[in-house]
Amino acid sequence: MNLMTERNLEKAVNDKMSAQPNAIKMQGKDVTVHYGDKQALFGVSLDVPEKMVTALIGPSGCGKSTFLRSLNRMNDTIEGCKIGGKITLDDEDIYNPKIDVVELRARVGMVFQKPNPFPKSIFENVAYGPRIHGLAKGRHELDEIVEKSLRRASLFDEVKDRLHEAGTGLSGGQQQRLCIARAIAVSPEVILMDEPCSALDPIATAKVEELIDELRENYTIVIVTHSMQQAARVSQRTAMFHLGNLVEVGDTEMMFTSPTEKRTQDYITGRFG
Amino acid sequence: MTELQHTVRSYDDELKFLTHKIAEMGGHAERMVEQAVAAMVNSDNALAQRVISDDLILDAGQREIDEKAITIIGKRQPMAIDLREVIGTIRISSDLERIGDLGKNIAKRVVAVTDTRQTLSVYRGLQTIAELALTQLKDVLDAYATRSVQQVNIVRERDDEIDALYTSLFRELLTYMMEDPRNISACTHLLFCAKNIERIGDHATNIAETVYYIVTGSQLPAERPKEDQTHTIIVDETTES
Repeated sequence: MNLMTERNLEKAVNDKMSAQPNAIKMQGKDVTVHYGDKQALFGVSLDVPEKMVTALIGPSGCGKSTFLRSLNRMNDTIEGCKIGGKITLDDEDIYNPKIDVVELRARVGMVFQKPNPFPKSIFENVAYGPRIHGLAKGRHELDEIVEKSLRRASLFDEVKDRLHEAGTGLSGGQQQRLCIARAIAVSPEVILMDEPCSALDPIATAKVEELIDELRENYTIVIVTHSMQQAARVSQRTAMFHLGNLVEVGDTEMMFTSPTEKRTQDYITGRFG
Repeated sequence: MTELQHTVRSYDDELKFLTHKIAEMGGHAERMVEQAVAAMVNSDNALAQRVISDDLILDAGQREIDEKAITIIGKRQPMAIDLREVIGTIRISSDLERIGDLGKNIAKRVVAVTDTRQTLSVYRGLQTIAELALTQLKDVLDAYATRSVQQVNIVRERDDEIDALYTSLFRELLTYMMEDPRNISACTHLLFCAKNIERIGDHATNIAETVYYIVTGSQLPAERPKEDQTHTIIVDETTES
């Protein structure tokens, strides 16, 4: 526990010291989303800095999940969904018709609210992605990817003796980490998380949060969460959404001790509606 | 400052309790200092005793605020303005408790000074500095009640006057001691009283800074020119003759 705190502290100090702000990995410019006649996002412009955790907060229906799902075109699957504005990944328009959506989703992975492992073995859950994307040359390399991904998701030691048992047989927290391992297995650059801990108990939540903290060394993370405390704990930047608009975005520390916008303050202090 | 109510009503009640308790402690601290100085000036031993025993009320107040504030932090995990408010009350109550201690300390010296009854002029300086410190305390408590940043700046800048007054009182008491060694014991006590009052001014300034933090979320710059020059004062042989 002490070691963990020390490492976090060191990381926090390094973050502060590095004068160079992180490069922008993804960028939303004037993003609008319509579901049929209903407009869900009204021109949101938000930068997602590289190798940082960006938290999206706001009351239900504020558009935070809609924005998250636009980042890897998950909204494409929704009937009648129309997207305007521009979203880029490394300065490349992800809504460009030439973009291969499958490849995009490999680069921008996603973890959902409820753990949703495939009804397959633990091994197969993780191996599936690398296999369909042709990332492993042979069985040996595939084994390596699976082990590495499970290790990165801090799950390997717990499941190494039962890799060929069903993934659905794991506990909720383990299942969620399995889903994270599955997302990592295809070497994404960005990981989107939609309330990844809302179905987990505090211990499993702490493990996932610790994992998020480790993952940001290598990945850019965007997380939607309803827990203010979680946003405060895991993220470096926080964006506050309300009624389909971006209200405020800033350093997480600032957002939770002295936000500039009254709507942010009212929301995070529990004074909303 | 018009804050909306919390969705959870009892949270508002808990925060309000802290604010009320600070106001209560503040009023009590003011009264203690006022009475301690009055007891000193009028050689009123009974009043001094009352001040000494009243200090327990402030101590209890501070403990109550600490407990309630910690409960709120544990139970509600306050954020933003609420967090600053809760942390602010912990700090302010500790300043008020210290002010009470300083008042008590003045009251404790009443007996010793009374035994060697001094001429009225000796007390005049003490009264002046005490009045100023009490104004500071009153204004800073108003600033807390009204969340006024303007008032905070006024209080903070006026602390220099107390420091300057303390320096001149220091010289004055030194002069009395040099004039007649029989004054030394009483004047030394009065010097401590003056120092205590100067410290009360500092606590008022601390509270002002806390109020500023509660309201704005940012800290005032740490440096403030100090007018207290007493640490450099020495008895000048030439003034003696």
